Amino acid sequence: MTRKSPAGSAPRTGRPGALWAVPGLVYFAVFAALPMALVAYLSLTEWGGLGAPRFVGLDNWARLFDDPLMGKAVWLSLLLTAASWAVQTPIALLLGVWAAGRQRTRAVLSAIFFLPLLLSSAAVAIIWRALLDPNFGPAAWLGPALGLGSLDLLGGSGSAFWVIVFVSAWQFIPLHMLLYQGGARQIPESLYQAARIDGAGRLSMFWHITLPQLRHTITTSSVLMVVGALTYFDTVLILTGGGPGTDTSIVPFLMYRVGFKSWELGYASAIAFTLVLAATVVALLMVRFTGFGSMRSTREGM
Amino acid sequence: MTTVRRVRPVREKPNVLGGLGAFLWLLVVAVPLYTLLIATVQRSENYTAEGPLALPSEPTLRNYVAAIDNGLLVFVGNTALVTLAVAVLVMVLSATTAFAVVRSRSRWTQNVFRVFLLGLAIPSQAVIIPVYLIIVNLGLYDSLTAIVLPTAAFALPVCVLILVGTMRDISEELYEAMALDGAGVARTFTQLVLPMSRSGLSTVGVYAALQAWNGFLFPLILTQSADKRVITMGLFEFQGEYRVDVPGLLTAVVLSTVPLFVVYLLARRSLVNGLMGVGGK
Repeated sequence: MTRKSPAGSAPRTGRPGALWAVPGLVYFAVFAALPMALVAYLSLTEWGGLGAPRFVGLDNWARLFDDPLMGKAVWLSLLLTAASWAVQTPIALLLGVWAAGRQRTRAVLSAIFFLPLLLSSAAVAIIWRALLDPNFGPAAWLGPALGLGSLDLLGGSGSAFWVIVFVSAWQFIPLHMLLYQGGARQIPESLYQAARIDGAGRLSMFWHITLPQLRHTITTSSVLMVVGALTYFDTVLILTGGGPGTDTSIVPFLMYRVGFKSWELGYASAIAFTLVLAATVVALLMVRFTGFGSMRSTREGM
Repeated sequence: MTTVRRVRPVREKPNVLGGLGAFLWLLVVAVPLYTLLIATVQRSENYTAEGPLALPSEPTLRNYVAAIDNGLLVFVGNTALVTLAVAVLVMVLSATTAFAVVRSRSRWTQNVFRVFLLGLAIPSQAVIIPVYLIIVNLGLYDSLTAIVLPTAAFALPVCVLILVGTMRDISEELYEAMALDGAGVARTFTQLVLPMSRSGLSTVGVYAALQAWNGFLFPLILTQSADKRVITMGLFEFQGEYRVDVPGLLTAVVLSTVPLFVVYLLARRSLVNGLMGVGGK
């Protein structure tokens, strides 16, 4: 705070006391912050959902480090995050920059591109599961039509993972496209005019003006993608149920299965705590690199 | 427009590659949605036979009737209640908190803001087990309140962030004018801060409502009975029951999206901003 007016007469200037923050903070503390602390404690206990958790020290953690399913889940989560980023970023960026143009067709198409965002993750997963159903869906019709026999993408161990990458891209690219569209519209037209006078082509303008100018948008969008990929749980549960076998069992799904199917809530808490750690690292990086904390208020979103 | 548009100095060639790419993406988006829509007017016995792209030979609305008979409206009602409660709770709590963060002289409130910032990236999956413990101990398991409480808490950080941004834009002169009028804190809040934050508040309301409307994990873990089902749970249960009646299932999906679609048509801008949440900043 730079402004230091000769205050002291706080009530008369209409400044709120810290009390105004208390309801929000207490509420957030009880349902979001306290659980973060509790998950650390519960990871040291054995608890079947009924009765009181029983303290068992580091047993769950020892088990966690030796659990091949956990190793696989971490690997799958990282791979899913990386693959999602690599698939979504270029498509969203190119579409967003294209849609930033003011032409009428572009506006109409943007409105259509937006539609998947209206669907919940559950709805998106159900739609794609129906579309890809090897017996009843279009996939059952498409396979023979292409001469491939039956097409069971959700049942294949490699293909199921890529279906999840594709379906989440289908769902979330519109969101990131909007971010890039907003970002691209902020780029001063004068930069392009100057470049045109220098005889720059479209490609070189994209490379030398658009991309560098979008770097903050790229950071923001990437952070949202990484945070988002940690939470593809709904999609996995409905689309593949973690399968075939455990081939799409990412960390949140493993936590859900161990916790709420086998009712080993203590061990599941240890798994969940790794998510808390990952999320905290992402949050710290986010505050550090995106300037959310500094709160520039000048830019109007969109 | 009163001013004459300046003529672009350069004639642009049409962007063929861009147009082609956009057209491909249009196919990726529109073909599944088209398949979805025609499946809902298809008789389930014809669904496999007629192929996914052909218009149904005997279009029917009976899937819609069946979905409603199967209790979809109950789910919609539950979801509407949850959504409304979450939106109101979040708007009230984030507005008061953001007001304190922006205007309070206390150093303490800056730390409050940091707490919310760190909360931004915490996924609900990470803490669902303790939330379950807390809800069970509060005796709220299997109630709509159980869904509302944590859903609102997890929407708060983004909303506080959005409103802090909006409220920082209110100029010092306006506050001084209020103070000259002899307005106290409460009146400053209701007569200056809230009206000036309308756009932020609508973004926050829409964001919170979307989180509630599309929420999946909290209802999945914290409720159980059929009469407490929200839409996403209803769809999830339908999916288990309707293994072979794909048109019936897809109809439920389409119906569950109608309310959001209406909002999209009426208030596109608020919805877009709400969807983007932090990203919109």
